Amino acid sequence: MDPFVTLTAPAVPLDIANIDTDQLLPARFLKKPRSAGYGNFLLHDERKPGFPLDDPAYAGARVLVTDRNFGCGSSREGAVYALVDGGFRCVVAPSFGDIFAANAAKNGLLTITLPEETVAELRRQLQETPGAAVTVDLPAQTLTGPDGRPLPFAIDPFKKECLIEGLDDVALTLRHQDAIAAFDRRDAEARPWLVPET
Amino acid sequence: MTQSPRSLFDKVWDAHLVATRPDGQALLAIDRHFLHEGSFHAFGMIDHAKRAVRRPELTFAVADHYVPSHSRAKPIADPEIANMVTMLEANAGRHGLRHFGLHDPAQGIVHVLAPEQGLTLPGLTIVCGDSHTSTHGAFGALAFGIGATEVSHVLATQTLWQRRPRTMRVTVDGELGAHVTAKDLILAVIGFIGADGAAGHVIEYAGSAIRALSMEGRLTVCNMSIEAGARAGMIAPDDTTFSWIEGRVYAPKGELFDRAVAHWRTLPSDPDAAFDREVSLDAAAIAPSVTWGTSPETAVPVTGAVPDPRAESDPVRAGQMRKMLDYMGLTPGTRLEEVSIDRVFIGSCTNARLEDLRAAAAVLRGRRAVVPGLVVPGSVPVRRQAEAEGLDRVFTDAGLEWGEPGCSMCVGINGDLVPAGERCASTTNRNFPGRQGPNARTHLMSSAMAAAAAVTGKLSDVRTLDVRKLGAS
Repeated sequence: MDPFVTLTAPAVPLDIANIDTDQLLPARFLKKPRSAGYGNFLLHDERKPGFPLDDPAYAGARVLVTDRNFGCGSSREGAVYALVDGGFRCVVAPSFGDIFAANAAKNGLLTITLPEETVAELRRQLQETPGAAVTVDLPAQTLTGPDGRPLPFAIDPFKKECLIEGLDDVALTLRHQDAIAAFDRRDAEARPWLVPET
Repeated sequence: MTQSPRSLFDKVWDAHLVATRPDGQALLAIDRHFLHEGSFHAFGMIDHAKRAVRRPELTFAVADHYVPSHSRAKPIADPEIANMVTMLEANAGRHGLRHFGLHDPAQGIVHVLAPEQGLTLPGLTIVCGDSHTSTHGAFGALAFGIGATEVSHVLATQTLWQRRPRTMRVTVDGELGAHVTAKDLILAVIGFIGADGAAGHVIEYAGSAIRALSMEGRLTVCNMSIEAGARAGMIAPDDTTFSWIEGRVYAPKGELFDRAVAHWRTLPSDPDAAFDREVSLDAAAIAPSVTWGTSPETAVPVTGAVPDPRAESDPVRAGQMRKMLDYMGLTPGTRLEEVSIDRVFIGSCTNARLEDLRAAAAVLRGRRAVVPGLVVPGSVPVRRQAEAEGLDRVFTDAGLEWGEPGCSMCVGINGDLVPAGERCASTTNRNFPGRQGPNARTHLMSSAMAAAAAVTGKLSDVRTLDVRKLGAS
């Protein structure tokens, strides 16, 4: 995946809570190969006139600033592919679906969790000055909004490392092969019923 | 030496730690990996990296998302859908995995099939590229949904990197009222804590009302943990669990079963185990419930009315309520029992087990549905048993369709869709915009409540209908 270090880009506000992965990638597109261009499927059924993602004022947005519980619902990683292929590298929200947030990190999409009032204020600023850019500095863990005030954010150190280095974690796990094999040997003794026999 | 008290979750988590990094990330051993048709991205990733499946004997493929609900005698007409089903078979075959395909006598929705076949056991770690994997927590397993990249990681390593989640205990004491089911219980929990109320947490459901539930009811409760944002939901295994497992095809047998049960009896939370959060509900206060909006957190007693955004002080939230009401075509203040429906769907990994079908049939017996509807059993064994009990005749005599097992109209990707603008009384788990089809309107409820809606053509309180036999999840 593409490493994520810093990013300065226009941000688009979406005042909608509970945007689920069915909305992000409607189910009928799930059978499409990645090569089909998932960016075209992003929020497909929400794209009506006046929808912020189609507003020319927010053209080129790479950061999405939205409301609580973003990415709840289905575990479909295609929801992340749709955002990434649609040009997004970062989503800011008061809370995220856990599975979505995990999938995002595996694909170089940074999820930033900030308090509800902070995110609401950020959305207000972006609505007042459409097309304004924000700056994300992942090593410093700050997000700077249109008002120039850097907002510190927390992130899991492992997730941060994987994003900055663009790590494939299977390769990382394979460094623990001996520990995995030792676990399997111990476990076969402790729980001999683990492997089903028929 | 005495160990500090541990919860059910703590015990299962600790027993699966392979390695821990200084930053707190844990490499967790995975005991069961279930795959469905959506796994093609993950197979593509391991094939691309030329990696093998590390533990094929712990990996099971199940065709459920794209399988047809109607006759299976003929090939699937849509080539893209047919391709999804055959691609799973090909991937499973190439990697030597047990595959429960379209014509397998055990086929069904993965979250119905695995418990039924004895693949789901207490104390296991279980993952699947499906958010409703939380279902399996009903057995005291730690079970959660993962995305495609994590699926490929589990295929290649039989492990997963995880940060230890926080814990929440939801205690429901007392007795559920007549006609109030496990579905109403979990809808009440979600309505109470919100659709992200348990984000980052594993829930343990406890209390006398949970203990009194059948395995089917417990599966329904744990299934919808994800709709409260929880990573997983768990229920301590007990005699109800063990007697359900004994004798199932893939369950341990004989002396091995006894050893397993002895181990499983050590899993329930210690009396003084600590939880990061505690929530309590009174079972007697829970009413038959329906959702009015486009999030499961909009669950309310069916006896209530459509809420009014003008009563909401936060303008952003009021706007979001208006958007939901607009999508759902509802007017504030309307009594829910006045809301007409266009069709019913009884099925899904939430409510397609035998107990659910019996409860729906108890309402429909001797009655006619006034709207079209589809009943889809959760698995071939559920279907066979339902037919042996004559339930299929009850449904078809009422005018409903009787389908073949699969996810069907819950996710709508096999072609079973709610037409745009139609309102569906549904036993499923998600009322998201477009979930059952573009512009479809979904009201979530129990199977008995969906059956009652079919009879009256409106959202209805099943308690107002004369029903002979009940007891559903």
